[in-house]
Amino acid sequence: MLQQLEGSRAIAQGIALCKPEVVCAYPITPQTHIVEALAEMVRTGELANCEFINVESEFAALSVAIGASAAGARSYTATASQGLLYMCEAVYNAAGLGLPIVMTIGNRAIGAPINIWNDHSDSMAMRDAGWIQLYAETNQEALDLHIQAFKLAEALSCPVMVCVDGFILTHAYERIEIPDKRDVDAFLPPYDPVQVLDCNDPVSIGAMVGPEAFAEVKYLQHRKQLRALELIPEIASAFSARFKRDSGGLVKPYRLEDAETIVVALGSMNGTIKDVIDEMRNEGHAMGSLAIVSFRPFPLDEVRAALVDAKRIVILEKSLSVGLGGPLSDGVRKSLSGTGIKGHTVIAGLGGRAITRKSLMDLFVKAEKDELELLNFLDLDLDIVNGQLEREKETRRSGPVAENVLKSIGTVASRIA
Amino acid sequence: MSLQPIKFYQTGTFTVGNRLLDESQRTVQANMRRTNSLNSGHRACQGCGEALGARYAIDAAMQAAGNRLIAANATGCLEVFSTPYPETSWQIPWMHSLFGNAASVATGIAAALKVKGRQDVRVIAQGGDGGTTDIGFACLSGMFERNDDVLYICYDNEAYMNTGVQRSSATPPAARTATTPAAGAHPGNIFGTGKNVPLIAMAHRIPYVATASVANLHDLEAKVKKAMAIHGARYIHIHVPCPLGWGSHPSDTLKVARFAVESGLFPLFEAEHGEITASQPLRKKAPVEAYLKLQKRFAHLFGEKPDRDTIAMIQAIADRNIEKFGLDSPP
Amino acid sequence: MFQVRIHGRGGQGVVTGAEMLSVAAFLEGKHSQAFPSFGSERMGAPVVAFCRISDHEIRLREPVMEPDALIVQDPTLLHQVDLFSGLSKSGFILVNSGKSFAELGLESLLHTHPINRLATLPATEIALKHIGRPLPNAALLGGFSALSGEIGIDALLEAIGDKFRGKTGMDNKDAANAAFHLVQEKMRHAATA
Repeated sequence: MLQQLEGSRAIAQGIALCKPEVVCAYPITPQTHIVEALAEMVRTGELANCEFINVESEFAALSVAIGASAAGARSYTATASQGLLYMCEAVYNAAGLGLPIVMTIGNRAIGAPINIWNDHSDSMAMRDAGWIQLYAETNQEALDLHIQAFKLAEALSCPVMVCVDGFILTHAYERIEIPDKRDVDAFLPPYDPVQVLDCNDPVSIGAMVGPEAFAEVKYLQHRKQLRALELIPEIASAFSARFKRDSGGLVKPYRLEDAETIVVALGSMNGTIKDVIDEMRNEGHAMGSLAIVSFRPFPLDEVRAALVDAKRIVILEKSLSVGLGGPLSDGVRKSLSGTGIKGHTVIAGLGGRAITRKSLMDLFVKAEKDELELLNFLDLDLDIVNGQLEREKETRRSGPVAENVLKSIGTVASRIA
Repeated sequence: MSLQPIKFYQTGTFTVGNRLLDESQRTVQANMRRTNSLNSGHRACQGCGEALGARYAIDAAMQAAGNRLIAANATGCLEVFSTPYPETSWQIPWMHSLFGNAASVATGIAAALKVKGRQDVRVIAQGGDGGTTDIGFACLSGMFERNDDVLYICYDNEAYMNTGVQRSSATPPAARTATTPAAGAHPGNIFGTGKNVPLIAMAHRIPYVATASVANLHDLEAKVKKAMAIHGARYIHIHVPCPLGWGSHPSDTLKVARFAVESGLFPLFEAEHGEITASQPLRKKAPVEAYLKLQKRFAHLFGEKPDRDTIAMIQAIADRNIEKFGLDSPP
Repeated sequence: MFQVRIHGRGGQGVVTGAEMLSVAAFLEGKHSQAFPSFGSERMGAPVVAFCRISDHEIRLREPVMEPDALIVQDPTLLHQVDLFSGLSKSGFILVNSGKSFAELGLESLLHTHPINRLATLPATEIALKHIGRPLPNAALLGGFSALSGEIGIDALLEAIGDKFRGKTGMDNKDAANAAFHLVQEKMRHAATA
């Protein structure tokens, strides 16, 4: 049924259709509305046969999910930002144990300085934890990816993160097709675990593995992700056949025909990028874009095939690998090894800074003129930066950076973006 | 579970369960049909109190649960010595996730069983004092306050033994550990530090809290069985000597444990819904020296010039326990 | 695409206003997108919410920088926040106030914007009368419907009824309706003046 819904509410409805048996929740902005909606659905009986557990931390949230999953229950939780980092140890553990937990990340920046707004620093920090990471462009896709995520996770016995841009998607109201219950039931069979804590067949799960086999166990984790490269498109096409719309897959090309400049990005900013590309195509620019849905596993071959005819690639990233550049660029550049195609990393949208059409248009025009560096920062205010560098030069005890910077720019209440 | 003959090596102590008793009064450990949930062949040190405590407790719990039991285990000695893959000593479904999350993992297992209508299967979480009173404390407290249907058992050997004997919040005052060396003006662990997790557990008003000792098998098994008869969050804190960390002789494990109880340093009590309901009077009150002298971790208190002041401070702790928990034998 | 920016303070239902507007557009078969300015949840802090309405899929995710309409829920913001930033010369302005633009110190707007695109509306008073609480968002949406014609009053009333059930829903709909007729009357008066 087509509805006008808040993203979080739509995701919660999608989760409920997947019939999770254990949902654990710890509040952190901006994912909170999702678990609030699930709590209500469990209380009213709309989501039956589900234990909703309010825990004392994100570390506990994922740990409860780990126990529940190992005992054979379909398990779900959601988090963001500091919460994801707080559960980091359990994030690696769930993947190492091969437990098919699905977790929503309401993508948000990581402090300090504390910041509640959107970027991808949180999920990027967990990119090597062994979870599959899928990034949603719209709330419709966010909902659809969760249904696909349970199927994928359980097929592989591997946990899946569905990354949804905090606020930009989680708090946005837009039209969303809520799938039919019978279709979801047919698409997603009940969870059939490959390992389970069972009194009739006792196993020990999670024992120590020494140098004699640790590498092999880790390699098998890698193999799961390689297998996911095949399964993700299969599941997306099965989804498309049943639900009559395209969602997910490994990558999503947009107007790549004869494109000389291709923009690569994750998540919701692909919408704005497409608008800008349409505008620029109308003016005769040979522009296209590639949205990466599956960041882990990283689809090297698909990315290479999509980009190989371009002259230059602009990689837009909402995450900064401090001291290097951007994590998405690492994968994209690897996929282009040996092609000689120029790649420009652009760090944008950190801590919720709006990525505007105007800024993107200026950026892409510069890219076409080959005026971009290897690493660029979109809309970086160098006056602010230089002011602080000056202060640091002048006095040893220059004080806390964030406070200095805010003092120097004055009140921000009057700004729209 | 296969039936195996039990050899009564330890006749003469309390540990085997008194064979002179009527069969109905005998311990689970005395029973040839005990499950041996933590089976022989594991890698624990000689005289390991934790291995003993775990087998006592889990066998008793298995009997109470009709052999339908799942355990979540914190990282630590018990986890490491019991599961040198591909071997495992566990005869029950058992899971280790992390150091600090055993209580939460158990909550998850219990939730899964509930949603699947398997309330006949019971859930235990277990860990050492580090995994319980320190790094796992938040998860433990969360499990308590939600009153999740989990029995948490802490095997308290009073320091981080798996990493080489470092201080935990369960390390007693004056005890030498690798991070509270017997050096300086106040050697060993500092007085006035540490926490009493059984009392903190009681503050959550959970249905059942108990302390137990490997030196008192009947009492330990009775408490485990009582805990298993109750649903909701339950906590048993078992005192388990560590010959390696305490510097006691492996053959003295039960003797050391018994002196801890009989001196009043480790009081045995039970509490229900936050109120103490029973305590175990001292059978034969012992001075703290009898306990301390058996352990090299307290050796700096003795030697040529015994540190009478410090020993007196430890005796004062024991005396306070005896008064607070009513441990004096009834007249 | 038609873009609306709503300014108010935390606790006044700014975000709910944008949500109801988007639902009303949806009910009229249009695409719409509503989202808040993503601040911390504090009462009284300046809050902005946005709503886009279009006949086509809305892919754009930037804040509304160049609104076609402004709704000002709290007139105390008028001289504190850069409310009019990016507003086109033909943009609509609806201010929650019983005073005129001149009385609010906004005479300059009367020279830069067509008169039939400007309105003030005592939405808080209307809310107090119909709902009993100073929640002006439904009334402002009713006024916005009359001022802009961008959204029909019927769809709006349905959206309000979806959001608020029972008596609260009825009261909010009454407030929206009253505001709709008041602004319609004002516009007719302005056109003939």
